[in-house]
Amino acid sequence: MSHDHDHHHDHDHSELSETELRVRALETILTEKGYVEPAALDAIIQAYETKIGPHNGARVVAKAWTDPAFKQALLEDGSKAIGTLGHVSRVGDHLVVVENTPERHNMVVCTLCSCYPWEMLGLPPVWYKAAPYRSRAVKDPRGVLADFDVSLPKDMEIRVWDSTAETRFLVLPMRPAGTEGWSEEQLAELVTRDSMIGTGFPKAPGAPS
Amino acid sequence: MNGVHDMGGMDGFGKVEPEPNEPMFHEEWESRVLAMVRAMGAAGAFNIDTSRFYRETLPPHVYLSSSYYKKWFLGLEEMLIEKGYLTREEVAAGHAMQPGKALKHGKFDLGQVERIMVRGKFARPAPAPAKFNVGDRVRAKNIHPTTHTRLPRYVRGHVGIVELNHGCHVFPDSAAMERGENPQWLYTVVFEGRDLWGADGDPTLKVSIDAFEPYLDPA
Repeated sequence: MSHDHDHHHDHDHSELSETELRVRALETILTEKGYVEPAALDAIIQAYETKIGPHNGARVVAKAWTDPAFKQALLEDGSKAIGTLGHVSRVGDHLVVVENTPERHNMVVCTLCSCYPWEMLGLPPVWYKAAPYRSRAVKDPRGVLADFDVSLPKDMEIRVWDSTAETRFLVLPMRPAGTEGWSEEQLAELVTRDSMIGTGFPKAPGAPS
Repeated sequence: MNGVHDMGGMDGFGKVEPEPNEPMFHEEWESRVLAMVRAMGAAGAFNIDTSRFYRETLPPHVYLSSSYYKKWFLGLEEMLIEKGYLTREEVAAGHAMQPGKALKHGKFDLGQVERIMVRGKFARPAPAPAKFNVGDRVRAKNIHPTTHTRLPRYVRGHVGIVELNHGCHVFPDSAAMERGENPQWLYTVVFEGRDLWGADGDPTLKVSIDAFEPYLDPA
């Protein structure tokens, strides 16, 4: 939990923002009416803060980079292939993995809301859910990539996947050159969250982390 | 519905601005809202499509000027009031004033947290054979329902190619309005960027959506 904002509300309830007051009131009502147990809400938050995150997706990508049979299975049925990995078992139905190649770059957006593969990447960043990305990704993806300081060769096909149903998409980025013989664990360190959305590339070997 | 949430292709929202530190939550209340939405959904108060619809129906100026979790909160509060789980008087008072309404799956307690960490299943048995095959040309219907739909405006009327068949899934347009799951075939349909955005568009661009069968006509 982030407590680095400089509010002083803990000492004086009158300084709570209107939204904080309303959210607290709603939780009080839901609790008093017997709908939810506050400890269960705490547990949900803790699970999101500790269990899900891009480390899950990074391990899947690193395995695909080192194990051709797994990669094949992953591209055929993402959910099923990930289900065979004991340590990344929380993915649900219908994860589709799309592969970047020298000819094609993939990028994922949800223009209608914020659909995102939480189990693989954690909760989405603010920019993914905000209007600039949602509005422009399908029309001007190269312009969006420029906002991330990413540029692609002019003739490279760019494929944008608008996540408009419950299918979720994960980009399988290209393995960085100069990583021959690296272990899955080493490779996973190079896989960034943005490289699995398509708004970035994996880190280069030897680059500062 | 043709709401402001349907943003694909709109101009004027400015640059994408990644945050350098990216906290998971910017305020503690955001995490409580996330948890309440997940919990009440899991308890059976509403489905995911209904919760999206309530966010979409926020007045456009509210939608555009509210932070992400504020939209979730406003949608949740209104949805729970309209479905009879609480009253406006209770919201105003900040306390329960009458007994709760029965939840489909009962109270959300600690024992249920684990199951909501796995994504739900939306695939359903097929009520009829698929109308389209991979490789077929299809036209997105020019429809403008005032209720919930997952057919974005920017593809309506355009021709694309069926690239994947995902099987039958819960149909959001029905589920959101609580008219049943009404499972429909779901396809990934890919469009040429220039078909969508005109001759000045990026010639290397292809855009796909996931389209339910009722959104499509043969082309």
